[in-house]
Amino acid sequence: MSRKGRFGQYGGQFVPETLMNAVNEVEEAYEKYKNDPEFNRELDDLLKNYAGRPSLLYEAKKMTRDLGGAKIYLKREDLNHTGAHKINNVLGQVLLAKKMGKTRVIAETGAGQHGVATATAAALMDMECEIYMGKEDTDRQALNVYRMELLGAKVHPVTTGTMTLKDAVNETMREWASRMDDTLYVLGSVMGPHPFPTIVRDFQKVIGKEIKEQMLEKEGRLPDAVIACVGGGSNAMGAFYEFIPDQEVQLIGCEAAGLGVDTEKHAATVARGTEGIFHGMKSLFCQNEDGQIAPVYSISAGLDYPGIGPEHAMLAAEGRAQYVPITDEEAVAAFEYLSRMEGIIPAVESAHAVAYARKLAPTMPKDKIIVVNISGRGDKDVAAIARYRGVEIYE
Amino acid sequence: MNKICEAFENKKAFIPFITGGDPSLKVTQELLVAMQEAGADLIEIGIPFSDPIAEGPVIQEADERALRGGCTTDQLFDAVKEVRDQIHVPLVFMTYINAIYTYGRERFMKRCVECGMAGVIVPDMPYEEKGELADVCREYGIELVSLIAPTSEERIQMIAKEAEGFLYCVSSLGVTGVRSEITTNIKEMIDKVREVTDIPCAVGFGISTPQQAKEMAAASDGAIVGSAIVRIIAEHGEECVPYVAEYVKSMKEAVMEA
Repeated sequence: MSRKGRFGQYGGQFVPETLMNAVNEVEEAYEKYKNDPEFNRELDDLLKNYAGRPSLLYEAKKMTRDLGGAKIYLKREDLNHTGAHKINNVLGQVLLAKKMGKTRVIAETGAGQHGVATATAAALMDMECEIYMGKEDTDRQALNVYRMELLGAKVHPVTTGTMTLKDAVNETMREWASRMDDTLYVLGSVMGPHPFPTIVRDFQKVIGKEIKEQMLEKEGRLPDAVIACVGGGSNAMGAFYEFIPDQEVQLIGCEAAGLGVDTEKHAATVARGTEGIFHGMKSLFCQNEDGQIAPVYSISAGLDYPGIGPEHAMLAAEGRAQYVPITDEEAVAAFEYLSRMEGIIPAVESAHAVAYARKLAPTMPKDKIIVVNISGRGDKDVAAIARYRGVEIYE
Repeated sequence: MNKICEAFENKKAFIPFITGGDPSLKVTQELLVAMQEAGADLIEIGIPFSDPIAEGPVIQEADERALRGGCTTDQLFDAVKEVRDQIHVPLVFMTYINAIYTYGRERFMKRCVECGMAGVIVPDMPYEEKGELADVCREYGIELVSLIAPTSEERIQMIAKEAEGFLYCVSSLGVTGVRSEITTNIKEMIDKVREVTDIPCAVGFGISTPQQAKEMAAASDGAIVGSAIVRIIAEHGEECVPYVAEYVKSMKEAVMEA
């Protein structure tokens, strides 16, 4: 019995038989192209000349001074084309789809960033594109829906279950099972059945690789901590991966605690989840004792997911990475803080990482260094944050 | 306990599916008895799951109704156990791997034995992952039913060689649900199976009319019907039992003509 795609005891390939040849086809294609010089040349060219990589590693001097502890650097994934780290993975996967002879890509999206990135890459590479997005998310991220449509994608609001990200994943899997000949499911995070957690991590690890190079250039040493927000976990895995062997670098993932981990309104999978098998993978999930997946909550649509990628589950079990819960209130305060302090409006997802940096930095001496991954920009969140503060703005 | 193979002895089998607890556990109990009386040869009971990714809208809604009604795995076990004395056809559970894994694999199989279950069908556990349950199923004598799909191709024989109970042949791409037409060449799939094993093969997904059931049973050893029955349950609610029984009877007659 093969145990493919395992991260410790986590991961695997729990999909209906109908999809097995489809996931095997993706795996074979990825194995064929991942070390192919021509594929990598094309991808590097897209990352550099289309997405705008490398992204900046910015020293946040005012924030550092204000917090009075460790020196803070921000990894500016928000400056990528389409405004988030999602483009890194999508360019890789859509290019792979093209090589596989596919003519259509489908994807789930939460906040809409992965959907926008997929629609963008599909437009660029002449692919048909359909995006599945929970109805609740199409409402709170209406601007991103229009953005995807502008890019030529068809957006399907998903009205089943809790009408959020997990339901969008369900619906995209169902769609893929009905049409895989010409279609690739471009998964947006380090989750799902093998080979997706590995493929997405490999396409996102450029973040940590650049952080390492930029840090060595600026400081001549590695950072003491790397902080990133975690929903499914793609920006965090991308930022962490290169540092996993460097035991002295603390890796910290920030989960969405919503209204608090002691309430039912949160999405803090490591803090409150238990082991399960869902969405193709064995990992940690917010669920009840019968294995019914919990209706999770976060102000951030991108972190509003009841599971976590299997490699994160392994890093948590091994203690190699730490996962901390951040509430809506802390995230919103950090959203406003970074806007005023550095003139950078972070995505409300990334604001969870900023919030933890605000707690951690003052506890560390001034000769320590923290890198915070700003996974996306916050323009998409402005109206929602205004509403949170009682100001009625409509997009 | 009745073994799955009894359902196929000297006959083509008609296999109805219902979601446990939809619309209530009392109706589930009545349906088990009534469907048996109407000619069901084997009955599949779905354990409701919050996120059934292999199901179309009809069964998704049945799962939601059952969960909203408060159906838990324990209550479903209790309900089946209560009527088990009246049932002489084999029963199998159809559920997603998370329901079994989270309940506790050993504990789940122990309770299956108590309820006289013959097997389990786990649609999101493919051949490569069946190690998750194979040992514990064997230990408790619960047969683990495998599925093959129109996309399985060269995988069919690998799966069929190790299949237990019966082989569930998925007729169409996509999810469960009524279809006007089944285009897959079922006979070709079954011929591949027959090269390596004589295990009974039953066809499911998309079957709703007696004519379809007859055709599918003619090409195989039986027909499985879920969504069409669940739709009758959804329409008639607590009063659904006679309507379901009548439908099962007509489908069984069609299968016998095959």
